[in-house]
Amino acid sequence: MNRRNFLKTAALGVGGILLPAKDSPASVWDAFFQKYYREMNDKEKKDVVARLEKEYEEKYKKHIKVKTNAPLPKVLYGYGLDLSRCVGCRRCVYACVTENNQSRNPQIQYITVLQFEQGEKWVSDLEESNKYYNPETVPAPEHFYMPVQCQQCEKPPCVKVCPTQATWKEPDGIVVVDYNWCIGCRYCMAACPYNARKFNWGEPTIPVDEINTETHYLGNRPRIKGSVEKCTFCIQRVRENPGRYPACVEVCPVGARKFGNLLDPESEIRVLIETKRVFRLKEELNTQPKFYYFFSL
Amino acid sequence: MAGKLVYFLLLVVVMVAMPVYSEAQDNTTTMDNLTENDIPKFVTTKPQFTEGIFPCSNCHASMTPNRQRRELSFHTEIQLNHAKRQRWCLDCHDADNRNVLKLANGDHVTFEESYNLCGQCHGNIFRDWKTGIHGKRIGYWNGDKTYYLCVNCHNPHSPHFKPLKPLPMPAHPQDVTKVKSTTSIEVDGRKLYIPVYEK
Ligand code: HEC
Ligand code: HEC
Ligand code: HEC
Ligand code: HEC
Repeated sequence: MNRRNFLKTAALGVGGILLPAKDSPASVWDAFFQKYYREMNDKEKKDVVARLEKEYEEKYKKHIKVKTNAPLPKVLYGYGLDLSRCVGCRRCVYACVTENNQSRNPQIQYITVLQFEQGEKWVSDLEESNKYYNPETVPAPEHFYMPVQCQQCEKPPCVKVCPTQATWKEPDGIVVVDYNWCIGCRYCMAACPYNARKFNWGEPTIPVDEINTETHYLGNRPRIKGSVEKCTFCIQRVRENPGRYPACVEVCPVGARKFGNLLDPESEIRVLIETKRVFRLKEELNTQPKFYYFFSL
Repeated sequence: MAGKLVYFLLLVVVMVAMPVYSEAQDNTTTMDNLTENDIPKFVTTKPQFTEGIFPCSNCHASMTPNRQRRELSFHTEIQLNHAKRQRWCLDCHDADNRNVLKLANGDHVTFEESYNLCGQCHGNIFRDWKTGIHGKRIGYWNGDKTYYLCVNCHNPHSPHFKPLKPLPMPAHPQDVTKVKSTTSIEVDGRKLYIPVYEK
């Protein structure tokens, strides 16, 4: 079932209250009848981008560029995180918020840094960890840190449960969300074993001068109330050619974050998989994350 | 599609069969059979000298080098805390040309290539640095990369990584709508926006 059928059925059920008001501007109707992103041709994408850019211009009095760059051929993105180095400083959290235009209030963050006591049964027990640590300096003695974000699963359980197919896995391995197609049911959030998906309970807000105006349709373009979002490996950066590293990789002061093409044997991600001790979170669930934690020591 | 699946299975097999990597002693000599011309050059960030200190020859050209290990009356901010019992300044700095560094075999390297100095004693780390696994590279994952110099992260005189002040913790669930405002900070030349909480 696609979103339109779903909405049609739902609308029948509740007497059409989900439809835009009769006197809504044309763009609202256009948005409502927007086609499914994956079925759009280039012309249709261009029209949607034009409509969105106009909408954003009116709302933020600022030009926000919305790209629709397609996946690069022969690329499957992978990520590595060195737990021997991470000190829990949270630079990555805010580089991500800044790059990806997350709502400041209500607060949304894609990366959660967990602190564990040395010797804790940590991999199996994420719930035992503490994300509200705040010492003068990090690392705190006898503690270590594990940042968690979307693991870009090869078998993403979130995708399977979405009733409108508003979230899917792209050919380059990035799991994306179409915010305009998401109906906010949050099944995906319940299905994600990593707590990686975030929900816009309220109207997302960002001071206009803080908005990153380089955006991608499937990434950091402005979000709307009632939609789900998450890390996309900075799709707006990595899908350029040449593609930039994700913001969290570049900001990490200890160099714990690694990124590259899993199909390229020379890439740092392949080299580390082949030479270091690696593991993936909750491997037993067979979600097959493309996010590898590793120990360089 | 099937091709990708097969590939992925292969990856998994590779991982399982992966030899456990052991950090043997960190004294391998990666540089031993390289002559000066063979040393590959990496595009790196810049050395970060204190204002006014470079070129060192401004002062040192007119000074007679003193090779004695001693208490210095200048550069007193420098604390040698790097295998200090075995080491003296002139193991790394060239006595006769202060503008360059000196390798164990007497060859010179510029400060832009100080990684070759560090690599003499930290061979395994140097190898990982070259492949991007130790330290950091920025730029393009499928294109040109800029390497961070070892000394951008490690003070060569006291190389243990310095503790950092953590950025604000996330709001508790009941407080996510109570973020007062945001403020910007600069981290390594990048502007980041962080929350300002009540009290
Ligand atoms: C392990 C090798 C090593 C030893 C030993 C060493 N240095 Fe250095 N020193 C370096 C490197 C490498 C740099 C360049 C740092 C950079 O590029 O930022 C440097 C930089 C300097 C600078 C410039 C610092 C600045 O503020 O910009 C001075 C001065 C200096 N060293 C003096 C000394 C003195 C004096 C000693 C002995 C007490 C000493 N060094 C011992 C490797 C060493
Ligand atoms: C403003 C002048 C000045 C500059 C610039 C300067 N030095 Fe020095 N440096 C001195 C003096 C003076 C001494 C001798 C201190 C003593 O004998 O107690 C000294 C001593 C040293 C020593 C100790 C060994 C020796 O020869 O006595 C090293 C190593 C050294 N300097 C390295 C550097 C390097 C590397 C730079 C450039 C990055 C540099 N210096 C720049 C003034 C300077
Ligand atoms: C002549 C050999 C030698 C050279 C050259 C050398 N080191 Fe070291 N380094 C050592 C030894 C030995 C130790 C371990 C003893 C210690 O920690 O003091 C060490 C320790 C370290 C440590 C670990 C410190 C800690 O306490 O965690 C770092 C980091 C380091 N070196 C970085 C560097 C960098 C960066 C350079 C280049 C500027 C460099 N080293 C050049 C010999 C060397
Ligand atoms: C992006 C920052 C960064 C760069 C660049 C970097 N390191 Fe490190 N290095 C670290 C951190 C963080 C640690 C862990 C904390 C520590 O031991 O000081 C570390 C640890 C080390 C250690 C201690 C042994 C170990 O494995 O923990 C050595 C030796 C070392 N680095 C050498 C080097 C050398 C040599 C280079 C350049 C070829 C280099 N580092 C480049 C961040 C960096």
